Amino acid sequence: MTHEAGTTHVAGYAPAAALAPDTMVVPALQARGLNKRYGRVVALDNADFDLMPNEILAVIGDNGAGKSTLIKALTGAVSPDHGEIWLNGEPVAFKSPIEARNLGIETVYQNLALSPALSIADNMFLGREKRREDFFGRMFRTLDKTYMQKMARQKLTELGLLTIQNINQPVETLSGGQRQGVAVARAAAFGSRVVIMDEPTAALGVKESRKVLETILRLKERGLPIVLISHNMPHVFEVADRIHIHRLGKRIAVINPKRHTMSDAVAIMTGAMAPPADEAA
Amino acid sequence: MSDNATGSAAAERGLAEAEPGGVASFDNADRGPIRRLQEILHQYPTSIPFIVLLIGVVIFSFAAPGKFLAPFNFSLILQQVTIIAILGVAQTLIILTAGIDLSVGVIMILASVVMGRTAVVYGVPVEIAFPLGLLAGLACGFVNGLIVTKLRLPPFIVTLGTWSIFGALNVWYSKSETIRQADMQESAPFLQWTGTIFKPYDFFARMGLDLGFLKGWVLNYGSIVMLLVAAVIWYVLNKTAFGRHVYASGDDPDAARLAGINTDRTLIGVYALAGFICAIAAWVLIGRIGGVSPQAGQTANLDSITAVVIGGTSLFGGRGSIVGTLVGALIVGVFRNGLALSGLELLWQDFAVGVLIIVAVTIDQWIRKISS
Ligand SMILES: Nc1ncnc2c1ncn2[C@@H]1O[C@H](COP(=O)(O)OP(=O)(O)OP(=O)(O)O)[C@@H](O)[C@H]1O
Ligand SMILES: [Mg+2]
Repeated sequence: MTHEAGTTHVAGYAPAAALAPDTMVVPALQARGLNKRYGRVVALDNADFDLMPNEILAVIGDNGAGKSTLIKALTGAVSPDHGEIWLNGEPVAFKSPIEARNLGIETVYQNLALSPALSIADNMFLGREKRREDFFGRMFRTLDKTYMQKMARQKLTELGLLTIQNINQPVETLSGGQRQGVAVARAAAFGSRVVIMDEPTAALGVKESRKVLETILRLKERGLPIVLISHNMPHVFEVADRIHIHRLGKRIAVINPKRHTMSDAVAIMTGAMAPPADEAA
Repeated sequence: MSDNATGSAAAERGLAEAEPGGVASFDNADRGPIRRLQEILHQYPTSIPFIVLLIGVVIFSFAAPGKFLAPFNFSLILQQVTIIAILGVAQTLIILTAGIDLSVGVIMILASVVMGRTAVVYGVPVEIAFPLGLLAGLACGFVNGLIVTKLRLPPFIVTLGTWSIFGALNVWYSKSETIRQADMQESAPFLQWTGTIFKPYDFFARMGLDLGFLKGWVLNYGSIVMLLVAAVIWYVLNKTAFGRHVYASGDDPDAARLAGINTDRTLIGVYALAGFICAIAAWVLIGRIGGVSPQAGQTANLDSITAVVIGGTSLFGGRGSIVGTLVGALIVGVFRNGLALSGLELLWQDFAVGVLIIVAVTIDQWIRKISS
């Protein structure tokens, strides 16, 4: 099985299988021994990661614990110094975010990765623009702006996150929360294998945060696995199937939100409590 | 006094035209008029160069009555700005990516030498010599792009280096020899085609149209080439995915990369395309001076940057337009011509252009504040 092919590489690491709902299931996205240093700062210190199919995995950790670096390493935005990554059991080594995206991994990065001067519609389709089907599209590569504007509007409306009067408005004229909405809508619209969101509700109000949580649950209904990085414990405990706790550059535990309280999670996260033995990673 | 009044009236008209169907920002009465102006200019940055051009035209039609407002004079301005406008289009592409190209002028000269010398001195048919010149321009631009992306050096340094390198290649290939108009005429008249004069009035009259307002206009084919180049690049920037990537790469390169754009490939494409456009400028240059002079166009680099900046394209990348650059080139032409016709010495032309540059960049900074 491909799973075997994947995991035989990781001799020396305790497989996370015990934590997984089903030991025979191939993780949707898996990593072992990821390292990343920035000068003298160790952002990732032998970090492991397992995302099971069709689960919502929350990743929590203090500021600077290395959560963003972890997902950047997983999606090709930074290249880890060493470590291995598998997508559905197949080893992958993304050299750029395009490669991850081409395999269906959509990411909302913490800095959103939007082009301020471009319009909402342009940003939604950035890097995957659609050409016209007619002669002009084939001959002169003319973009199908009507289609892209229509789709962008539709996706944003579906999300119910923001009321956009003008889809051709530059993103820089939107509020921080509205920008976040555009980034979330983009990932939700195009993710076909894995959707990763790095603090997608950080700039959002109560109502808008609800919409994002609903979006995440809808993505799960569609059969996708989702990674949610968040500092908001109520949100995490509300939607997560499992919680990956990151501390000082590595995963120190994966807990089941049904068997642990929020204060347990925070205590483990801050080092005040030892990770539970059965669930330590 | 009357100049000022007309000037601001023209300014208001320019704004009104640039504002289709009054956008929401207008009815925010609580915000000051300055803030609203900032918002409008942010939304329609090209309106500023248009306003400046209008103001210039109005001022000089009073300062040099009769002389400035003549079709023949406008024709002259157009011919004078053609080459700078084409180089400006190339420079716009580069500056949109937050780069700068100090080598556009020398690429143009090198390409003109390759075209002219290969055809005239080495007797190669112009059907080969001309594409060879275009290829030389493309190759120079490609080299710039390759160094900028692969060695990760600032474009300013890279093109400062290649400016010197291409200049040396130019001396080597040209042996510093000029090609005279008569020789060019004999062996490669095609290269002079861009200098061919035509009168739009006569042109339409032959088609049976009596367009009186065209009387007195004298254009050359170089200006048509300029308009074509500008139209094609406008299309590329606004209607193709590559164009979106150019803006995104200049606006926020990290965000563009995270959004899945291959910024290196976009940059190499931009530099190569710019080099190619410089080679087209070379063709227009040959038409303008009739032959080839390895010493021509010394100020072309800075003039092209001036046109781009005055045209409202931001040196910080991601913002600007081809139309702005054409207007920017026209502004420089109008001010130089107008000041000369008003009887002022050459030094005041340079003085005025300098002021325009600083004002343009100041306005750009001010407009950009809105997004922060
Ligand atoms: N590009 C970079 N250059 C240098 N250091 C970096 C860089 N990116 C991250 N770091 C460092 O790596 C460490 C982990 O950063 P990371 O952004 O992954 O943390 P995080 O867990 O996402 O924090 P937060 O909750 O604040 O988003 C930090 O100490 C940070 O200073
Ligand atoms: Mg982070």
